[in-house]
Amino acid sequence: MARNLVGYLSAITFLAAAVFLVGCDRPGDLESFATKGPPSAEPASVNVPASPPEPVIPWALLAHDNLHDPRNPSLALMQEPAEALSVLSPAQEGNFVNWVAALRSGEISPRTNVYPETKIRVLDLDVLMVDTAAMPVVLFPHRPHTEWLDCSNCHDKIFVAKSGANPVNMFRILQGEFCGQCHGAVSFPLTQCQRCHSVPREQALQAVPK
Amino acid sequence: MASRRLGRWVPPVVLAVSMLVLVWPLAAEYGDVVLNHNSDKAGVRPVIFPHWFHRIRFRCKVCHHELGFEMRAGANDVKMRDLTQGKFCGMCHNNEVAWGLENCGLCHSGKPGLAGGIYGGHRTLGPGRW
Ligand code: HEC
Ligand code: HEC
Ligand code: HEC
Ligand code: HEC
Ligand code: HEC
Ligand code: HEC
Repeated sequence: MARNLVGYLSAITFLAAAVFLVGCDRPGDLESFATKGPPSAEPASVNVPASPPEPVIPWALLAHDNLHDPRNPSLALMQEPAEALSVLSPAQEGNFVNWVAALRSGEISPRTNVYPETKIRVLDLDVLMVDTAAMPVVLFPHRPHTEWLDCSNCHDKIFVAKSGANPVNMFRILQGEFCGQCHGAVSFPLTQCQRCHSVPREQALQAVPK
Repeated sequence: MASRRLGRWVPPVVLAVSMLVLVWPLAAEYGDVVLNHNSDKAGVRPVIFPHWFHRIRFRCKVCHHELGFEMRAGANDVKMRDLTQGKFCGMCHNNEVAWGLENCGLCHSGKPGLAGGIYGGHRTLGPGRW
């Protein structure tokens, strides 16, 4: 009897811990913050666990996402995110899909237009944004953007088309302005610093002689 | 005696079942938008627009450039009359590009009372959010 009691108690403790972990929004959150810290100063001999376990299934079921009404009979006709997204190039956060890689590798081929007369404009131009304090410099690539978006989505609604002419900073991005209008809402989230801050400063200085 | 032996299996079974249930997160998918300017008032479920589903099939420029959806949650005041005239969602949900407007429940699929806006763990409402 006592043995059983111990068993039940440990199960309940485990449940409580699991509920707490799930309560932290998504498992990805914990991971991303864990990897952002300075490189660990642990001596090599210490047996540090490699990383927290991968989230087993990062996509919620539609009926349990706190958004869809489970009583809606049409829910059964809809596709579960996990079914469609788990087969695409993975990423750590957001939809847990690297949409740039998914497009480039041909895993998806989304239509560029509905009306035949619409002009498709793609531009291959990288712009360095160097006002990044101690962070690596931001490389803004036009190619992956214009594969998804039209120039008019950004110019001149969000950005003036002139290098260095926009008062961008991280605070305003986090408020949902500039890059933050898309990144953090639909495109990869702002916790993935290194995808924007991708060029070490020394390298950037070589590329653009002052 | 038999019930004792059975009882031994209860904790591991509870554990296994709870683990299965708990591997799924309970949050909206990243980029889901709720449109609810008019739905609740009119007594229908709010509309959920899934970005993940549409961006597998269409680039952003189709909706936000060709079709003219403003890129701000809540900025488009959509009425069913517009849709039947081929505007907004009605540009595709017309039984030509995609299934038609008679499938009310596929769009009107939200819990009653949801606030309009973007869902899914976005982090652009200021540093305090994360
Ligand atoms: C550019 C064209 C286009 C526009 C605009 C569009 N849709 Fe769709 N939508 C589609 C296509 C294509 C499908 C898939 C149809 C199929 O599977 O037969 C779809 C499917 C859906 C689904 C079903 C998802 C599932 O899990 O099966 C929902 C819900 C939906 N759309 C909602 C909307 C809403 C709400 C709007 C307007 C705010 C909208 N759509 C605008 C093209 C569009
Ligand atoms: C996702 C948003 C976005 C899209 C879409 C976009 N741009 Fe840009 N563009 C930018 C940003 C950001 C800059 C850099 C501004 C800065 O440095 O302050 C820029 C800069 C430019 C510049 C100035 C470069 C320089 O060296 O001064 C030109 C020209 C330009 N864009 C043309 C285009 C054209 C043409 C298209 C469509 C094919 C386009 N852009 C699409 C965001 C965008
Ligand atoms: C969507 C792209 C993007 C992401 C993601 C991003 N940044 Fe930035 N960051 C920028 C841009 C653009 C600037 C402004 C550069 C300029 O004006 O020359 C900037 C500027 C900065 C600056 C300079 C000071 C300031 O406030 O503007 C710091 C520090 C910074 N970012 C830190 C971070 C950190 C830390 C993260 C991750 C949590 C991050 N950034 C994620 C694009 C990004
Ligand atoms: C109008 C929407 C929009 C704006 C504004 C925007 N982006 Fe993007 N960005 C996208 C989309 C869409 C992608 C494709 C990837 C995705 O959706 O996750 C992308 C991809 C990228 C990539 C490619 C990442 C890779 O792995 O190759 C970088 C880098 C990037 N954005 C940086 C920026 C920076 C820096 C700014 C601001 C100066 C910015 N973006 C503004 C929509 C936008
Ligand atoms: C393709 C997606 C889609 C389909 C299918 C659809 N709706 Fe809507 N409906 C919308 C959107 C988007 C709105 C605006 C939501 C808002 O802001 O509240 C809306 C708004 C409404 C409204 C409130 C505004 C108004 O115009 O009176 C009613 C009522 C409504 N829908 C009923 C229906 C009924 C009944 C059906 C089935 C015959 C239907 N809808 C099918 C997308 C759809
Ligand atoms: C099938 C049509 C469709 C496609 C494709 C689409 N969107 Fe949207 N988008 C919408 C609708 C509908 C809304 C909600 C507008 C509203 O609430 O009035 C929206 C809203 C947004 C918003 C506003 C979110 C906020 O926080 O205010 C952003 C940013 C956005 N989309 C970016 C994108 C990007 C980036 C892509 C491409 C990866 C994309 N969209 C593809 C239809 C689309």
